[in-house]
Amino acid sequence: MIQHLTSLPVLLPMLAGILLLMPPCGKNQSLRRFVSVTLSVVTFLISIVLLLKVQADGTQVYAIGDWSAPFGIVLVADPLSTLLTSLTALLGIVCVLYASAGDDAKGSFFHPLVHFLIFGVNGAFLTGDAFNLFVFFEVLLIASYALLMHGGDKKNTRAALQYVIMNLVGSAVFLIALGVLYGVLGTLNMADMAQKVGLLQGDDVYLAKIGGLLLLVVFALKGALLPLHLWLPNTYATAIPIVAALFAIMTKVGVYSMMRVYTLIFGDDAGELAHMAQDWLWWLALATIVMGAVGVLASQDLRKLIANLVIVSVGTLVALVTVQTVEASSAAIYYLVHSTLVTAALFILADLIGRQRGKVADRITVGTPVSQPKLLGTCFIIAAVAVIGMPPLSGFIGKVWLLKSTVNYEYSFIFWPLYLLASLAVLFAVSKAGSTVFWHHQTKFEGKVTDNRSPERIQQERVQPAELAALLILIVSAPLMSIFAGPLSEYAIDAATQLHDFNNNINIILSGDQ
Amino acid sequence: MELLYAASVGILVSCGVFLILRSRTFPVVLGLTMLSYAVNLFLFSSGRLSLNSAVVLGHSSEYADPLPQAFVLTAIVIGFAMTAFVVILAIRGRADLGNDHVNGQVPENKVKR
Repeated sequence: MIQHLTSLPVLLPMLAGILLLMPPCGKNQSLRRFVSVTLSVVTFLISIVLLLKVQADGTQVYAIGDWSAPFGIVLVADPLSTLLTSLTALLGIVCVLYASAGDDAKGSFFHPLVHFLIFGVNGAFLTGDAFNLFVFFEVLLIASYALLMHGGDKKNTRAALQYVIMNLVGSAVFLIALGVLYGVLGTLNMADMAQKVGLLQGDDVYLAKIGGLLLLVVFALKGALLPLHLWLPNTYATAIPIVAALFAIMTKVGVYSMMRVYTLIFGDDAGELAHMAQDWLWWLALATIVMGAVGVLASQDLRKLIANLVIVSVGTLVALVTVQTVEASSAAIYYLVHSTLVTAALFILADLIGRQRGKVADRITVGTPVSQPKLLGTCFIIAAVAVIGMPPLSGFIGKVWLLKSTVNYEYSFIFWPLYLLASLAVLFAVSKAGSTVFWHHQTKFEGKVTDNRSPERIQQERVQPAELAALLILIVSAPLMSIFAGPLSEYAIDAATQLHDFNNNINIILSGDQ
Repeated sequence: MELLYAASVGILVSCGVFLILRSRTFPVVLGLTMLSYAVNLFLFSSGRLSLNSAVVLGHSSEYADPLPQAFVLTAIVIGFAMTAFVVILAIRGRADLGNDHVNGQVPENKVKR
């Protein structure tokens, strides 16, 4: 059992998804909810066990079907990938817990789809093979297509159609890139590719460059980098918020793939192709931050605002990935975890606020007050402080760290003012949104708040216990990430060091079982 | 053979791209299908084109690379599922939005005519 541990974070969600489709769980809603939450907790625990094992024994390599490395497909569990699978599993728990309060009944097959999405995301994080990465991308995409349509209306269909078409074109480009790279390198195992890329000569160098840059297009599409980010605000704002909260991890899959491909395969040891994507990525990342900040300022409702915050965080992460030093990568890892959790928390809050404000929903205008201002207001201010990056929460640590790690980079004189101005824009927009939503109420007469909703309706709209639990898991993570910043940053530095340790990576993966 | 093969991939891609850029869902779906055919052919050729060579060792003196064929098989299966999904989605979009435009609305100059 223990030697198959590495494959469990991938297999378990898949089996959970299948189990949830089977008759006993498929028929009975409360049983389905119970099984779904239990299995997501089990997936999380397994991911944590794997994380601890990786910390104790070093990187784990699992050859599927016992076909050893360059010939078969391997799963590679190193500190970075196990951290991200644990994060995904945690987000999965939050998502199924929150949806169990009623959102899952808006359409069929919510729970199996969430587990299939986790299956795809975890697979993409753990795989060590580029073609397998494509397969897992498709798995997570098809689950996301269906989740996007969950409980949707007209606007939703349009956004979903555009999202699906964009991603199908992306998949075609991905396959062409893989075909080019396979034709040149003769392998798609990432470690093996990294080894062969440095030995290329003549025209093959340019072919590999074409392949590598086509991959960049795909990852930029998944990660929503500037020219390809247009699908994101509409998609995230029209999906039901809990699905959008789960999608917070999906852009990070694109960023993670960039991290892997451009640090391992086209990194320091790639000969002529070393750091080939750096110039492209850096400027695109900066432009993405600017576009995201403009979008945040222009947003009319909370969900659009949060979707634009996702774009800002993607730009920041890609900028850090581009710097390609251990410090920058470790800052990126910390920031990635922080931004995923905070964005998810904000999406959940937007849902709760929108539900309690009646017709105005989550639009940032004067409207009816929320019925639980203390609870929602406190959670909102914690999440807002974290996402803006003010002390003392996790966003501040992430921000200081990422600024410090880029100080020696040649273009830091552009990055610093730009990033700080973008933070200022975020601060302005988020505080404006918060004060409008919580403090500006519709008044009929001077000073008297109108509230013509019936008491039963208000009771119905109150935060359910399951929803509160899901929200608190995410909200509490912000202070916890700053209280335990010491061990967490050590872990991030360790993960980044291993990510950049070229020879060690290749030796471990290609020699089979450790 | 290489020229013919490359030309057919190229023609398929250009037709596919042209169709994807149309504004109605049906041509877009057709374009996606053409693009995926082109991709499948392209992937197949990444193991080099050869005549009379089996993919199983020992059945002929020369043998072809079996891996691209496995890739193509996977890509076909995935592409088939995705096409089925996008067709259903397009039909639902037609029902929900009242027209078959990707943007969900008929451009104004067309309404006037």
